[in-house]
Amino acid sequence: MNYLQEILVISTALFFIGIYGLLTRRNIIAILMSVELMLNSVNINFVAFNKYLYPNSLDGIFFAIFIITIAAAEVALAIAIVINLYRNHDSVDIDSTTLLKY
Amino acid sequence: MNYAQYIPLLLALPLLSFAILGIWGRKSLKKSSGIIGTMVLLILTIISIAVATHYFFIGEKLNNGYQTIFALNIPWLDFGYKNLSIDIGLLLDPISVMMLVVITVVSLMVHIFSLGYMKGEERYPTYFAFLSLFTFSMLGLVLSANIFQMYIFWELVGVSSYLLIGFYFTQPKAVAAAKKAFIVTRFADLGFLIGILMLGIQAETFDFLTLIERLTNAESTAYINMQATSFLGISALTWALSLVFVGGAGKSAMFPLHIWLPDAMEGPTPVSALIHAATMVVAGVFLVARLFPIFHFNHTALNLVAWTGALSALFAAVIACTQTDIKRVLAYSTMSQIGYMMFALGVSGYGGESGLGYTASLFHLFTHAFFKSLLFLGAGIIIHAIHSNDLKDMGGLRHALPVTHLTFLIACLAIAGVPPLSGFFSKEEILLAAWEGNRMIFTIGLLTAGLTAFYMFRLYFLIFWNRPATKVISKEAPASMKIPLIILAAISLVAGFIPFSQLVTTDQQPFKSSFHVLFSIAPLLLVIAGIFTAMHLYKNQGEKAAHLAQWFGKFYQGALHKFYIDEVYLFITRNIIYKIIGSPAARFDKQVVDGGVNGLGNGTRFIAEKIKALQNGRVQSYLLVFLGGILILSFIFIGWNKI
Amino acid sequence: MDTSKIIFYLLGGFILGMALLAVTEKKIFRSAIWLLFALIGIAGLYFWMALEFIAAVQIIVYVGGIVVLIIFSVFLTHQAEDDMPKTGLSRKIAAGLAVISGAAFTIQLFLNNDFNLSAIPFDSDVARIGTAMLETGTGGYLLPFEAVSMLLLAAMVGCIVIAIRPEKSEKNDSENPPSFSNPPTRNPEPVEGILN
Repeated sequence: MNYLQEILVISTALFFIGIYGLLTRRNIIAILMSVELMLNSVNINFVAFNKYLYPNSLDGIFFAIFIITIAAAEVALAIAIVINLYRNHDSVDIDSTTLLKY
Repeated sequence: MNYAQYIPLLLALPLLSFAILGIWGRKSLKKSSGIIGTMVLLILTIISIAVATHYFFIGEKLNNGYQTIFALNIPWLDFGYKNLSIDIGLLLDPISVMMLVVITVVSLMVHIFSLGYMKGEERYPTYFAFLSLFTFSMLGLVLSANIFQMYIFWELVGVSSYLLIGFYFTQPKAVAAAKKAFIVTRFADLGFLIGILMLGIQAETFDFLTLIERLTNAESTAYINMQATSFLGISALTWALSLVFVGGAGKSAMFPLHIWLPDAMEGPTPVSALIHAATMVVAGVFLVARLFPIFHFNHTALNLVAWTGALSALFAAVIACTQTDIKRVLAYSTMSQIGYMMFALGVSGYGGESGLGYTASLFHLFTHAFFKSLLFLGAGIIIHAIHSNDLKDMGGLRHALPVTHLTFLIACLAIAGVPPLSGFFSKEEILLAAWEGNRMIFTIGLLTAGLTAFYMFRLYFLIFWNRPATKVISKEAPASMKIPLIILAAISLVAGFIPFSQLVTTDQQPFKSSFHVLFSIAPLLLVIAGIFTAMHLYKNQGEKAAHLAQWFGKFYQGALHKFYIDEVYLFITRNIIYKIIGSPAARFDKQVVDGGVNGLGNGTRFIAEKIKALQNGRVQSYLLVFLGGILILSFIFIGWNKI
Repeated sequence: MDTSKIIFYLLGGFILGMALLAVTEKKIFRSAIWLLFALIGIAGLYFWMALEFIAAVQIIVYVGGIVVLIIFSVFLTHQAEDDMPKTGLSRKIAAGLAVISGAAFTIQLFLNNDFNLSAIPFDSDVARIGTAMLETGTGGYLLPFEAVSMLLLAAMVGCIVIAIRPEKSEKNDSENPPSFSNPPTRNPEPVEGILN
């Protein structure tokens, strides 16, 4: 198993840990943190592939840069929404936002 | 014959009257519905008498006999099996033309009587609508050219009877009586239907003429097949005819299917006069007469008819001697007289003089219709005057109700068989036919004649003599109620002189019937004995009748309770049919069938609740399911090959 | 087994350990800290892979920006001290099963694949990255660069619009409306301050 595969193992595990957190956590902010983990694992993937498979171009690195940027913007917006939700419902439990059900 | 074109009118007019009176009667035609019904019937009577005159006296004869005319013959339902089909056909032959006259005249009399009797009744238009429906059904029955069409009208007649018996539906007794009549006749009609199907399938036709032609020809395949196949040792033809006769016996209240007739007296009295005296109850006799050629070829079935008729006649006569309700006495009297008609058919031969029983039976049907309906209408007036049905409340009414008294007396003399009234001639011919056919049945008939005279005059004396006058609550009836009595009495006086054997015979060839003076002596003696016994016992008040009843002891008690036949039926239905068949079936239906269907619904709802839980508004659940789906799909599409 | 490999394994274990702690920790503040360490670990991994620029961007933006933002939001929603509500066991088991099977499937997928590794060493010079970012044509990322800056502007404006406190005269009970389920929360006073 070369370095690429080991790095991929790490990133896959990180991704699925993020999914576990996404599915299990009840606090919205904790869910956001899990999403950050998933995004990071994707970043690792991109740069690893770029470095070990296609060293001529820089596509992977740029993907990673843009993902970081957009993740930052997204977290900011998500926090704003959470603040708004907290103001209306007085709670950040995701089980209290179940209005769209049967 | 162009008069045949008017025959469909005979059916269309009463049906139209039923529809109009039924739909608009209660709303707009309240007062005039009676007049409309009666007018329609007047037209029908005129048409029938005109048709009869043309048919019997003016029309041409075929082979010196009356020809059968088809007024209408339209194919309707084709079974596609062995050329069987139900056609709509209207058939004119001697018996149907005779029945047309009987039905329309009696119905007209009943309509006129009802104008007065049912006045002030709330559902007056409905009553006339039902009467029109009945007239339509009965006319359709006698005009049917096709045994299945006759079955359809047979059932329609049963429905009309049910509607009319249960006319006062707020009284539970009337409702129970209507149910009983319908159920007993429906049960008998099961036999009728099976018989029809057997005859139809073997003879490959439902049409009367073709049926008779095929099954009376000893060389036809149908006849051979039917005689050859046997079930439980009895040939198929006998089974079929017996089953058809069972249907007829139900409608005609023969023993043991007679239980509905006394109870049917809960209906209005004009209804009893029309349906349960003159027309519907003779439908069974008419059926046997229609199929008579086939019956003649099968002696077993014919014997069944004869003995059932004879036993019913005697049975009913004995019971009638003990009853105290005026309408019940008349009901049992009807049963007895129809028994006469049945056994007359049963002992009859075929062809010319030997077909005397057939002619006599239909002659008696003709005369009986008139004097029996007269008796019922008179009873209606009496009941109306006294406000009670019971003989104990009546007595000495001959001065209070003079017209009723006179017409009732004429009718009693007619039914007893006193010359020169009509009943004498018809009964004498029946007894003559029985003498030639079956001596034992002749003896039964003779005995019953005596009993008939006895109980009818018992009735007469108990109503009009016996006591000083009972109080009459309502005064004598209006003219509309007296006119039918007078007309019917007049007919009863002269109808005996109609030369019936020239008109209605087994093979449509007229023959001369002779009058045997010597033969008539024995019945006449018995009749006079019966009348005088009744006079002795009942003309004046006294204990003689009660003593006689006690002398008969247990036998009298049994007759008073109608020989407990009703109790037997109740036992069978309650303990056997209800407990063993009905209740388990109902339980099965409720728990298994309903339970199954409900279970299906409940199961669906249960599954739906589970599925509903999938949409709980929680994003994490959705994601979990999403992830699971992706994993499964990726496993299927990518991983399957790798493993 | 050279040093490089050992360091790599240490880094990998550190990252995964911190991540696991982050998703299972009951107190949210601690969870944020575990996340912080995980992100630092990832930056360390980037350093090990000789991608200094990405590592630096990771630390500056993620660790220094996003985690701080998360901690701010924790304070703003008044949860710094409470335990978070627990999830049911069935949910955890279902999620765990899905995750483990997914991970197993994915890992075996690429373990069985033969990657043809390139022998050329990777040159991630910062100058090279910068030049490529402002180039048009192939290998140039000018357009995404400009688009991302527009995105950031939109995100900033959007955040402000979403989170702005409505004026008091419009609604009279925007502060304490009824909540639709029963999570354990406190009744807060209206927050004045940071984002007003």
